Amino acid sequence: MPHDHHDHLSPSGHPYRPDDDHPLTYWQQMEIAVRELLIEKGVTSAAEINAQIDAMDARSPSNGASVVAKAWTDPAFRDALLADASAATRDMGFDIGPMKLIALENTSDVHNVVVCTLCSCYPRNLLGLPPDWYKSRAYRSRTVKEPRKVLAEFGVDLPATTQVRVHDSTADMRYVVIPARPSGTDGWDAGKLATLVTRDSMIGTGLAKAPDIT
Amino acid sequence: MTKDSQTFDGRRWHDMGGDAAGRIRTDQHDFSLWEKRVDALMILASAKGHFTVDGLRRVLEDMGPEAFETMTYYERWIASVNQNLIESGVYSTAELAQRMSEVAARGATYGEANK
Amino acid sequence: MNVRQFMRVRADMPPGHVRTPAYLRGKVGWVERQLGPSPNPEALAYGRQGDALPLMRLRFTMAEVWGADALHPDDTIDAEIYAHWLEPAEAPHAP
Repeated sequence: MPHDHHDHLSPSGHPYRPDDDHPLTYWQQMEIAVRELLIEKGVTSAAEINAQIDAMDARSPSNGASVVAKAWTDPAFRDALLADASAATRDMGFDIGPMKLIALENTSDVHNVVVCTLCSCYPRNLLGLPPDWYKSRAYRSRTVKEPRKVLAEFGVDLPATTQVRVHDSTADMRYVVIPARPSGTDGWDAGKLATLVTRDSMIGTGLAKAPDIT
Repeated sequence: MTKDSQTFDGRRWHDMGGDAAGRIRTDQHDFSLWEKRVDALMILASAKGHFTVDGLRRVLEDMGPEAFETMTYYERWIASVNQNLIESGVYSTAELAQRMSEVAARGATYGEANK
Repeated sequence: MNVRQFMRVRADMPPGHVRTPAYLRGKVGWVERQLGPSPNPEALAYGRQGDALPLMRLRFTMAEVWGADALHPDDTIDAEIYAHWLEPAEAPHAP
């Protein structure tokens, strides 16, 4: 069929990679062949593939933002999240599959930042797919050696009194940072607080946004 | 390997923690449908026990640094998914070869090459 | 404060698929937490069943990992390391 567009392409406004209307590449040719063979062999089905794409598209940083905001407003949940982040996020209703998650809490004394030096492990079953820079040679190489310089490039300048803890996702665990709650948000409910929690703040390359003073 | 045999210490190209590298570029693209399909095929085939994420990584690592620089992320992934599926016997190289030729014969674009 | 359990990462340099970063090999860290048994990725990568091995999170100081190159010696790096890569160790000397 000449137009095989899927209904759930990401709407964020970034440019798309060449797809339907560009010359077929060798690797696209391989993807079609592998997909058809897997369906014919009964390994999967077209419906299952579409459902998997929909499930990944439904995962986004807003899921993590809800988790962080709940941790900010519910001390018992915050404790549960730090004790077992997989169980706590499942209890909130998120389908994180088999992912084993650890939550890392930023405080006035400690700033956590997550990297995967060996590949690009990321808490994708909560936050969706990682940003391109997370998979880059520059981020993977530098973050374990000069994290403060990396953070400065992202606009985060930490005082020397704050300890930086880098977490290299080398094996089974995935990590989500709980950024520090911004000041000036007393009395805010979790829904409003979640709007301050960015993707980068949950990787550790950003801070939660400050509330607009208007 | 780009290092010569006299100085190679066994550290592999993908094991890059601590290397000097330039500024981090934060431009971003959205994934296209074919890339999302590659991702889904990896998740589904591994969930059904045909190979593991470690198998995916092993082939990516063995592809070497040139592939990391010259192929996109999901191009490398489909190459590795395919290699793992052939190794685990889900289909043969001959089956893949014939199917890829059939796919290419359907049309010049990704949309036309899908049945 | 609990007594720290120090471990040294083996300095081996094998070929093939391993999940122990080279920059941590030969370095001494302390156990941040135990993660329990986990299948050996060095077998899973080749299509074999992996024996379940203890997996633990180790914490290293930048001073230990990068020596004189450490920009902030007291900052830390945590990583998950499988038991067969670890040996008991003494606390590293202060830099």
